Amino acid sequence: MQQFKYTITDDLGIHARPAGMLVRLSMNYECELAIINSAGKLANLKKIFTVMGLGVKCSDIITVTANGVDEMEAITALERFFLQNL
Amino acid sequence: MDILSGQGVCGGIAIGKVAFYRKEHREAMEYYIEEPESEIRRLKNAIDTVLYKLQTLHKKALIQAGEDSAMIFEMHQIMLQDDDFQEAMRQPIRNERINAAWAVTKASETFAQNLESMEDDYMKERAADVRDIAGQLAVVLCGKSSGVKQLAQPSIIVAEDLAPSETVQLDKREVLAFVTQKGSVNSHTAILARTMNIPAVVNMDGDITDELDGEQAIVDGFTGTVYIRPDAETLAVFTEKQRQEAEKTFLLQQLKGKKAVTQDGKSIALYANISGPQDVASALENDAEGIGLFRSEFLYLGRETFPTEEEQFEAYKKVAQSMGDKKVIIRTIDIGTDKKAEYFGLEKEENPALGYRAIRLCLTNPALFETQLRALLRASAFGNIAIMFPMIIAVEEIVEIKSIISRVMDGLDAAGITYCPGVELGIMIETPAAVMISDLLAKEVDFFSIGTNDLTQYTLAIDRQNPELDKFYNPHHPAIMRMISQVVHSAHETGIWVGICGELGADPAMTKVFLNIGIDELSVCSGDILRLKKLIREMYALV
Repeated sequence: MQQFKYTITDDLGIHARPAGMLVRLSMNYECELAIINSAGKLANLKKIFTVMGLGVKCSDIITVTANGVDEMEAITALERFFLQNL
Repeated sequence: MDILSGQGVCGGIAIGKVAFYRKEHREAMEYYIEEPESEIRRLKNAIDTVLYKLQTLHKKALIQAGEDSAMIFEMHQIMLQDDDFQEAMRQPIRNERINAAWAVTKASETFAQNLESMEDDYMKERAADVRDIAGQLAVVLCGKSSGVKQLAQPSIIVAEDLAPSETVQLDKREVLAFVTQKGSVNSHTAILARTMNIPAVVNMDGDITDELDGEQAIVDGFTGTVYIRPDAETLAVFTEKQRQEAEKTFLLQQLKGKKAVTQDGKSIALYANISGPQDVASALENDAEGIGLFRSEFLYLGRETFPTEEEQFEAYKKVAQSMGDKKVIIRTIDIGTDKKAEYFGLEKEENPALGYRAIRLCLTNPALFETQLRALLRASAFGNIAIMFPMIIAVEEIVEIKSIISRVMDGLDAAGITYCPGVELGIMIETPAAVMISDLLAKEVDFFSIGTNDLTQYTLAIDRQNPELDKFYNPHHPAIMRMISQVVHSAHETGIWVGICGELGADPAMTKVFLNIGIDELSVCSGDILRLKKLIREMYALV
């Protein structure tokens, strides 16, 4: 399993637009991808409604986990996405 | 004449006839079915059809409205492809034996209400997206084709609400304005209207009915006011306003891309002053050749903790990237006890204007200063950034700044982080001291920017906040003129450039003077750039 922690810097948190891009990116990978908010609630990164439902805001610390065949590539791509967009 | 008010979400004046948009009656028929599996197949086909349609709408929106608005349709596709959503539609078909359209309504209402129950306004708005998708599915399943009303002439579209799939199918050339009963500043109508630059008013007080169809109306997108059957006087007032708006737009078109050069060939660079990334769009729209002053204070104000290096880096990088290869001059923090920043822990001062502020704060708080410098240097790799230091009064200050920068650069080198090693360093000339030793200061930096607001205050010894002193205050005081002249001389003797970033820069009475003195750059409010450019292009510099 691979994972990273990240502090959201975007004012709007994970709002609808990056949520969509995040899901789209996650769907490229076979492994299981999840995002966990600071309250411990988990969302499947390939399911847009669960990601949006997390209500991640600016300054929240989230953890992203990847589990499976291409977990290394996935986690790297996701970390880059967060840095560039959130 | 009736006057209706709502929220203006895109500025502009529209005058024309109302075309009331009636929603397609999309209520799903509800009935029980015999064979769940074949109904589920029907659902799948409908989903595929709508997914394909969304792709088409996406393409259309890209052309009509640009990438940001087109994203809405990508979002719709991702939502429709969501496994949980699709399963929520299949389940009632399987378990309760209801028809697909009914199942879609049930599932989408659940998901929409979940979004509406979230705190975040932006998420609440997304409930409308879910309902729009459901509506499209229902239309396909019930066999109706949704027809968009053909407009006989350019009209003001009035509706209870408009879904993205509806607005994008309207021919932009036929739409004078949007008015919706519902909606908010974040709703799709608003977003699309702003991207297409069409006046729009949403969230109306009072009821909008189809009685408005065909009526003459005026839509004021600036104030959020709609005038139905306007009287002669109102019509005259708004026709004039519309003319002025058009003139402004025309000016914009005419001058965009043209250089700020006089009839006799003297040129000057016109840059914009900004207070944060949100101002960049306006700067670019008004054709700023660069950013002459990016006030970095916004990162530090209105909060309770210091901005992290990462936060700062992202903000500086964003602006640098948006400006492409145009120069972005970022001023290091200019905060003093007069600004609201409790967490800085600054003690109240008798004379904040003469006090512990700006570079003085930075040079006595290395952690604070170095964090900002690191963020700035890291961002320098992403665009054309220059760094500017405020309130400088001595060569020693610059020497110290440079040694700190050197230290920060070593740290970045050790960590293998890229930055632009030749990043331009400049100072604000805003104190009489700096003016008097400008010849010495010029040798230490790559450019000057004259902060005329503070320079005038300190030189004339007048507090600009005190109206009683107005009669003594002369922004064109010969002392200031001589100072500017001296600074330009010192700068050019050494071969560095000099600009003005204070209010005086935008003063049309001074433009000729500045051109003659030899000022290289004027940095002003974005809204003043085109006016200045027009003035410069029409004048002869030499008296």
